[in-house]
Amino acid sequence: MAKNAKSVVYHLFVSVLGLFMLYPVLWTLASSLKPENEIFVNSASLIPSSLEWMNYVEGWAGFGTVGFNVFFRNSAIVTLLTVAGTLFSSTLVSYGFARLKFRFKSILFACLLATIMLPGQVTLIPQYILFHKIGWVNTYLPLVVPAFIGGVPFFIFLMIQFIRGIPKELDQAAVIDGCGTFGTFWHIVLPLTMPALATVSIFSFYWTWTDFMGPLIYLNKPELYTASLGLRMFADPSSVTAWGPMFAMSMLSLLPVFIIFLFCQKYLVQGIATTGLKG
Amino acid sequence: MVKGPKTAMKPSVIDGSTKLLTGWKRDFVGYAYISPWLLGFVLFVIGPMAASLYLSFTDYNMLSEPHWIGLRNYITMFTDDPRYWTALKVTFKFVVISVPLKLAFALFIAVLFNGKHRGLSVYRTAYYIPSIIGGSVAVAVMWRQLFGVDGAINSVLVHFGVEPKNWIASPVFSIWTLILLVVWQFGSPMLIFLAGLKQIPTDLYESAAVDGAGRARRFLSITLPMLTPVIFFNLVMQTIDGFMTFTQSFLVTQGGPLDKTLFYALYLYQKAFGGTFSMGYASSMAWILLLIVATFTALIFKSSSAWVYYESTEDK
Repeated sequence: MAKNAKSVVYHLFVSVLGLFMLYPVLWTLASSLKPENEIFVNSASLIPSSLEWMNYVEGWAGFGTVGFNVFFRNSAIVTLLTVAGTLFSSTLVSYGFARLKFRFKSILFACLLATIMLPGQVTLIPQYILFHKIGWVNTYLPLVVPAFIGGVPFFIFLMIQFIRGIPKELDQAAVIDGCGTFGTFWHIVLPLTMPALATVSIFSFYWTWTDFMGPLIYLNKPELYTASLGLRMFADPSSVTAWGPMFAMSMLSLLPVFIIFLFCQKYLVQGIATTGLKG
Repeated sequence: MVKGPKTAMKPSVIDGSTKLLTGWKRDFVGYAYISPWLLGFVLFVIGPMAASLYLSFTDYNMLSEPHWIGLRNYITMFTDDPRYWTALKVTFKFVVISVPLKLAFALFIAVLFNGKHRGLSVYRTAYYIPSIIGGSVAVAVMWRQLFGVDGAINSVLVHFGVEPKNWIASPVFSIWTLILLVVWQFGSPMLIFLAGLKQIPTDLYESAAVDGAGRARRFLSITLPMLTPVIFFNLVMQTIDGFMTFTQSFLVTQGGPLDKTLFYALYLYQKAFGGTFSMGYASSMAWILLLIVATFTALIFKSSSAWVYYESTEDK
């Protein structure tokens, strides 16, 4: 009996606290479906009196000339390219550091570790000036190109740690079978790093999809805006009148994040727990 | 290759894939693999860092050529820019309050989840959701409405006799809404703590229980000391993150009211991109930020020998 009571108290506590944790998200979801006049009357309520799907239709149309279909397409382009670039650079570079020998390797590895901790603000301004001078402002290049050349050194570090855990005997067997360096990388090491690649892809996806500062600085034309910027334009405190559609688009912008989270939770949890990746 | 006796083959095999390569060829292959990162490191890290250091001694504003003005940016910053001091104070306050709160909360929940209960993975998912959507614009929008004058928080508090107020626009409470926002996203330190808790051998708890140690005693004498390396790691990461907080203050409060939430990164952004393009001044600010972050990290590292417990060094 006592044990049962304890268990009930535990679950009650954890689920009530969990409800508090999720309340803001649920509230936004509810508000996105509420009729306009209900959002700020009795606003704490999570149950709309009627389901107002029109909010989503109106929000999707955006305002002015650019709709959310454009913002989402832009976000998808930037995100897919960034993830591809991240996978390209992090696999090759991590294999080099984890398995190959070359001069000054340990110094370069120390540099890699140091850049993980480097505040982005220090390089932000010269990078902006550089991209401005070569005419990359108002293109996706400043957001995408850095990924192809190891823009997030943490991913490389994560992959190095993972490859170090793969038994070297496998590489040696491949060499005996006549594989070269690239053959060993491509046929032996790469297939075994799939779990780590999943973690890297997921985080790269999250950070790019919800990134705000990068697009804010480099994109100034509404037709180039990503979903984050589109939403911010939509939600400008001085101009918002359509609250329902704004909440609807807020929820929609989070939808890809939720979907990936639900399906790939395993890799995410592993990634954080083993490497201390921030979420 | 086949001809040689097996033992003779071993030394070369140990070198793995690089056994045939020596000298510059070996280096060439190695550098070929790391070249994407090396290129990025030179072009987007070392180059910009040098440029940023140089710019910090100039008055560059994107319109005219940079002029060397020596230390003037740094002197102005500390002697003639009250908003800079405000930004420093606000950021320190934010870091000093939000980081310990976030870690305490993360640890509390991790301990709560480190047991044998049904549905733990469902709970873990629910508690982690705020963290995955953390920095997004949607969350900032959400927060502004929840804590707005006719938001959900007020409509609940009014039942407890609290005057409805605009929390976001209040000089006293605005920073607390942001602190709450980042503490709410305690998911990743929580998962790291959880992984750390699972590493603690259960026999430690068993023998303590035999000795009659209560729950609180076991937590203080076993869990906390064994977790100190993880606490240390989380502390370093969260502190660095805290100093660079930007999106939240930019979107939720715009630094207001009365600069009460003017975070360092936000002020830097305003200087660089907020109309005047004071790139030189903003570069000096970036270098001071780097110094602050490095100092804090060094201090935490220095202090760690006093409070971080490493099992292996004590055992052997």
